[in-house]
Amino acid sequence: MIKLIRRGLWTAGLVLSIAVESQAAVRVVATTEDLASIAGAIGGDRISVQAIARGYQDPHFVEAKPSFILLLHNADLLVVVGRELEAAWLPPLITQSRNARIQPGSRGYLDASLTANILDLPTGPITRAMGDVHPQGNPHYWLDPANGRHIARAVQQKLAELSPDDASYFAQRYQEFDRRLTDGETRWLAAMAPHKGTRIVTYHRSWTNFAERFGLQVVGYVEPKPGIPPSPAHQFTLVQEMKRDGIRIILVEPYFDLKTPNAVARETGATVLVMPPSVGGVKEASDYIALFDYNISLLASTIAKTGAK
Amino acid sequence: MISCVRRSRSFPVLLMAGPLLALVPAPVQAQAQAVAGSQPAQELRDELDRLRREFEAVRDAYGARLAALEAKLASLPGAPGAAAAPAPPAAEATVPPGAAGAGGPAGTLPVYGGGAGTLSKIFNPDIAVIGNFLGAVGENDVSPAPAFEMNEAEATFQAVVDPYARADFFLAFSPEGVEIEEGYLTFPTLPGGLLAKVGKFKQQFGKVNTFHPHQLPWVDSPVVLENLLGGEEGLNDSGVSVSKLILNPWIFLEATGELYQGSSGVFQSFERSDVSWLGRLRGYRDLSESTNLDLGTSIAYGTNDAGPALTTRLVGLDATFRYRPLRRAIYRRLLARTELVWSRRAEELAAVSSFGLYASGDFQFARRWFAGARYDWSERAVDASLVDKGPSIVLTYWPSEFSQIRGQYRRLRYGEGDTANELLFQFLFSIGAHGAHVF
Repeated sequence: MIKLIRRGLWTAGLVLSIAVESQAAVRVVATTEDLASIAGAIGGDRISVQAIARGYQDPHFVEAKPSFILLLHNADLLVVVGRELEAAWLPPLITQSRNARIQPGSRGYLDASLTANILDLPTGPITRAMGDVHPQGNPHYWLDPANGRHIARAVQQKLAELSPDDASYFAQRYQEFDRRLTDGETRWLAAMAPHKGTRIVTYHRSWTNFAERFGLQVVGYVEPKPGIPPSPAHQFTLVQEMKRDGIRIILVEPYFDLKTPNAVARETGATVLVMPPSVGGVKEASDYIALFDYNISLLASTIAKTGAK
Repeated sequence: MISCVRRSRSFPVLLMAGPLLALVPAPVQAQAQAVAGSQPAQELRDELDRLRREFEAVRDAYGARLAALEAKLASLPGAPGAAAAPAPPAAEATVPPGAAGAGGPAGTLPVYGGGAGTLSKIFNPDIAVIGNFLGAVGENDVSPAPAFEMNEAEATFQAVVDPYARADFFLAFSPEGVEIEEGYLTFPTLPGGLLAKVGKFKQQFGKVNTFHPHQLPWVDSPVVLENLLGGEEGLNDSGVSVSKLILNPWIFLEATGELYQGSSGVFQSFERSDVSWLGRLRGYRDLSESTNLDLGTSIAYGTNDAGPALTTRLVGLDATFRYRPLRRAIYRRLLARTELVWSRRAEELAAVSSFGLYASGDFQFARRWFAGARYDWSERAVDASLVDKGPSIVLTYWPSEFSQIRGQYRRLRYGEGDTANELLFQFLFSIGAHGAHVF
C-alpha cells in the first residue's frame, strides 16, 4: 500500500514537474515569419515560437483557419505586425482563441510597429479611391534592418516582462542579435553603396522602408493603386515612363502573378526580379539576417548586371 | 520613436542639472567654509567662474547635439517620432491598446481640435454600410422578385466594449423597415476556454444560416434555407451561446450550445418556458497547407407555430472542402460545400418529416473573377410532398475588395409544378470599416 502511495506520489511529482517545465517556456505566436525569426533570436531555448503567415504568402490575405485558433489558444505572447496589415484576418482569430492572455491590451499582446519607424503615413485626407491604403502608414516596415532592431528590443522587453527570471538571458541574446545585425548592416550598406540612387519599379508598395534604407528610388508601381490589380491603361503608362526614364528593374513579391511584370519587361527591356519580402519567402531567406543577405546580394548583382542607374 | 526622442532630451538635462547644479556647488560651499579664513575670496570666485564656464560649455555642446539630432529626425520623411516629438503632449492621444486588434488604430494619433471633448471620437465603433442591390429578369410565377430593388442596406457597428467584451451590431434597413439583424456581446476572455455570446444573432445551425447576405457566394439563398430553416431570415433569435474548444491532438473540435427565446421563422414560444435550444459540433482539419476539410453537425429543437406543445426538431450535416494555394492565394481558390437538413415538424394531426439539401462549388479563376454552381433539392417543412429543385450557375466580378457584381442564372422547379427561369443580378458594395468575418 505504502509502495503504491509512494509510486503515486512519484508519478504525480513527475507529471507536475513536466507541467511546470512546459509552463516555463514562453509560447510565442507571431503573425509573420519575420517576427517569428526575430522573436526566436531573442528568446532562444526559453521560448517556443510559431508563425501564422508563411513568408511566400501575401500577409494581407491570410485565411483565418481554425487551426490558427488552436495555435493562439495556447499562446502566452502574440506578436503582430500591426498598422492594419492583419486587419482582414487576425481579429476574429483572437476573439475565437478563448485566450485572455493575448487579447489586445493584455500583457501578451505586442504590436511590433509601436516602436518602429513608419513611412507613408498619410498627411492629407484619404479615401478608398486611392486603393487599399493603410491609414496608419506602410506596414512593411520590417524591411529596414533598423526597424528589425526596434522589433527585437520590444520583444526582449516583453519577454523579460513575461519571464523575469530569464531577463538577463534575453538581454544577452538581444546584444548578440544586435551585433549580428550591425555587422549585417555594414555588409549590406557596403554592397549597395555603389548603387545608391538606383531607380526601380516595384509591384506593390512593400519596399518603401527597404528602398529608403538602401538608397533606392521607387519611381513607379505595377499596381496602379495599392491592392488594385494592374490595368492595361496603367501598364501602357508605366511602360512609357520606364522607357523615358530608363528603368531597368522591376521588383516583384513572390505571391504576385508575373504576367504583367513580364509583359512590361518585354516592352522596356527591364529585368523582373522576384525578391521575397519575408523570411521563408525563399529557402535561402531562412532567418531575418539571411533575408537581407539574400535580397541584397540578389539585388546588387542584378543592378550590376543590368547596368541600372 | 517618440519615447526615444524624449529620453534623449531628458538625459542631457539630468546630466547637466544633476551633477553640475546640485552637486557641484555643495563641495564648493563646504570648501569655502573650511578655508574662509585662510584663503582669499578671490580664489573661490575664480573657481566658481571656472565651474560656471565649464557648465555652460557642456550645456551648449549638448544643446547643439540635441538640435542636430532633432533636425536629422525631422528630415526623415514620414518619421512619426520626428514629427511628433516637438509637439506638446496635449496634441496627441494614445489609442487604447484594445483598439488595434479589433481593427482599430494603434499608437499615437493626432487629436483634431484639441479639446477634451473630441477625444471620444477615438472610441467610436468601426462603422460600415453594406448595400445589396438586386435585379431580376425572366419568369417566376411563384415567388417573383422585383425587377430592381435596393434589397438591403446593412449598417454595422463594431467595437471593444471593455477589457472583457466586444460588441457587434448589424442593423438591416430594407423596404420592409429596420430590424436588428444581429446585435450581440461577445466575451472572449472567459475562464475554462469558453466563448460566450449574448444578444440577438444568427443561430449556429450549419454554415449558410450564419451568413449575412453579402457573405453568400450567390444572389439568393439556397432553397433548403427558405423551406426548412425559416425563410430569408433563417434561424435568428435572441438568446445566449456558449462554445468550447475540445482540445485533442488530431483535429480542431468545437462544441456549441445555445438557448433561444423561441421567436424565429421555425420556432415560436407560447410561454416563457418554451425556449428553443441548439447544439453544434464542428470538426476541422488542415489536409495540407492549402487544403482543408470542415465538417459539422447541428441539432435544434423547440416549439413551433402550429400550437403549444407542438415541436420542431431540425438536424443538419454540413461539409466544406477548401483549396487555396498559399503562393497564389489572391488568384485561385476552390470551395465545395454541401448542407443536408432533416426537419420533423409536429402538427395538430400528424408530424411532417422533410428533407432538403444543396451542394455547391465556387472557383476563383482570376484575381477578380469567380464562377460557381449550386444544386438545390428541398421538400417543404409543412408539406413534404412538395419538392422544389433546380440548378444555378453564378459568375462574380470583384472590382475591388469593397464591391462585387454578380449574375446568377437559376432554373427552379417548384413543387406545384411551375418552373421559374430567371437571371438574377446583384451589386454589393461596402463603405467604412467592416470587421473581418469568421472563417
